[in-house]
Amino acid sequence: MNADANLTEVAPERDIAVAEGDTLVKVKDLSVVFGGLTALDSVSFDIRRGEILGLIGPNGAGKTTCFNAMTGVYKPSQGSVMLEGHSLLGLKKHRITRLGLARTFQNIRLFGEMTALENVAVGLDARHKSGMISAMLRTPRHYREEKQIITRGMELLEFVGIADRALDRAKDLPYGYQRRLEIARALATDPKLLCLDEPAAGFNPAEKEELMELIHTVRDEGYTILLIEHDMKLVMGVTDRIVVLEFGKKIADDIPSAIREDPAVIAAYLGQEEPDATA
Amino acid sequence: MSAHSPLSSAGAKQAEAAGKLGHKRPSWYLRLKSWWNDRSRWQQWLLLLVVVILAYLLPVINPPLITTEPSNDFAISCFNMALYGLVALGLNVVVGQAGLLDLGYIGFFAVGAYTASLWTSPDSPLVHIPYLWTLPLAMIVTVVFGIALGIPTLRLRGDYLAIVTLGFGEIIRLLATIIPVLKGNTGFQNIGRPPGEIDGSPIFSASNGLPWYWFTVTVIVIVMILLGNLERSRVGRAWFAIREDEDAAEIMGVPTFRFKLAAFGTGAALGGLSGALLAGQVGFVNNQKFDVPTSILFLAAVILGGQGNKLGVVIGGAIVAYVPLRFTALGGWKFLIFGVVLVLLMIFRSQGLFGKKPKLLTYTARIRRKVKHEASPEPGDPPHEATASATDRSGIDENTDRSGIDENTDDGDEGGRA
Repeated sequence: MNADANLTEVAPERDIAVAEGDTLVKVKDLSVVFGGLTALDSVSFDIRRGEILGLIGPNGAGKTTCFNAMTGVYKPSQGSVMLEGHSLLGLKKHRITRLGLARTFQNIRLFGEMTALENVAVGLDARHKSGMISAMLRTPRHYREEKQIITRGMELLEFVGIADRALDRAKDLPYGYQRRLEIARALATDPKLLCLDEPAAGFNPAEKEELMELIHTVRDEGYTILLIEHDMKLVMGVTDRIVVLEFGKKIADDIPSAIREDPAVIAAYLGQEEPDATA
Repeated sequence: MSAHSPLSSAGAKQAEAAGKLGHKRPSWYLRLKSWWNDRSRWQQWLLLLVVVILAYLLPVINPPLITTEPSNDFAISCFNMALYGLVALGLNVVVGQAGLLDLGYIGFFAVGAYTASLWTSPDSPLVHIPYLWTLPLAMIVTVVFGIALGIPTLRLRGDYLAIVTLGFGEIIRLLATIIPVLKGNTGFQNIGRPPGEIDGSPIFSASNGLPWYWFTVTVIVIVMILLGNLERSRVGRAWFAIREDEDAAEIMGVPTFRFKLAAFGTGAALGGLSGALLAGQVGFVNNQKFDVPTSILFLAAVILGGQGNKLGVVIGGAIVAYVPLRFTALGGWKFLIFGVVLVLLMIFRSQGLFGKKPKLLTYTARIRRKVKHEASPEPGDPPHEATASATDRSGIDENTDRSGIDENTDDGDEGGRA
């Protein structure tokens, strides 16, 4: 993996108000109700700057709902989401992204007809300011931003390991590349918190291993990561802390080794699958 | 395909084969495309220059067989073709680039025509200004209309937006009938024209299409350059992203509403400009010209030419205008014929005659060189492992995830990195 080659350029200096290890995102009493169904019931947890936080739970536990409520896709019926002490509730989705919360999608949602590099360019544009006039008249700012797309965009593609296919249409890329491109596109928005929604779905064990490595590298670049994942092995291996949801409620929040021993988690998640794992 | 290295030509062939398999594109188009992409930048510019010069000379050459005479004056026919080209160019921003289906584009065209009439025709009680000033004025007025229509309606998507815009086109037409100042069927006569006289007779007149044609082609060239600049910028990328997946675009930080409004405004401005040009050339505007079928014809021009390709839609517009003028006998049959042609086109070539994905980066050529340069020195560099095995996987399998748990539970304490 050629990820280590350009560490400094990939993570430019970002103004993050909180220090390493302090609370970056605070989710408090977050509830989402669909009609009569409470998909998320007063969930609270913190994400500390620089950590990889895993969000796990059986199918239908509310993981993606929690994600969507944080990123503004769903409107929570109660509770708050704070990024660096500022509430994200009620903000437009693109505003939330610009404030520093980027995500990938469980079902890949790249811009299929665009090239890989153009996909990343859209992410980079979140930090750009050129508008109609600037673009039409080709102001110096426009040229500056376009040059930045070439340099940083290619760096990001190299960072996730898919630079060789930079000019191919996203939909023509192999599945593993598409997953990586989603990560590159999210990183391009220069997030303070990167939310990965089942990034390893559909991967074989070897590919999962590589992805874990990539996620670690991303974290070492100074990004904070929230990871939703089904695969316990991946979660246990890569995260610093794990929050477990079941039926929309938080049932545990601890370091992986403690989660492994937690009877509530075992009952909810592992116990039914592997009864002898508890022994 | 002879002039370059075996490596890149092999790549091109591969791409060609892939394209054939994937999209059933006719080979003439692929060959043309790869030939064009292989030209250097100055060669492309030179060729375009030749095309533009030929376009300027078209009514002068008045080629036999192609000409619309004797039934229609060829220069005026050429003006109409250019005008439709300009309209298609504007509508393409909305439909082709941002993916917003607009069935009421004729409304903006009408607003532009009435703007020119109201400020230049002696029939209008308003202050009169020189005709050329009404062109920017028409654009400003239509942008205001475009934004006024866009703010409430651009929250709608797809079919719903199409219905609302269809209504908008009709509202404008009906307003022209109802509001007394707009003079309904009586209309406005002696609308202004650009200044200039030769031997006492005006250069721009209703009977002489040539100056109007040249003027419109010049406008098209300028507009195409500006739109090209927009396309290869943050704006063009935002539009394309919205067309591809609006929700994903929003979450990637694209202020979708603002950019949709910008697309609507840009399209409206060009519609208004075309309307003002038509009003000037014909010299007469009433409420009869702005009906729904014409609006659909505009849309047909964009689809025929190929959504998203600027030159393509201009040609599409020209064809849509040309066919009824060349074959006057068609008369009322023209909509039937366009209908059949569009159905056939959708079956055999759904991306339109010249459909292609626009380039969205300013430095496309530079980046292509860079990628080629990086790829060629170490061809032995193994591609990522994910490439080989992941291609044929279709989706997320519940079972694979479960097996992940199984593996894990037997493992030691590898989760202990806190």
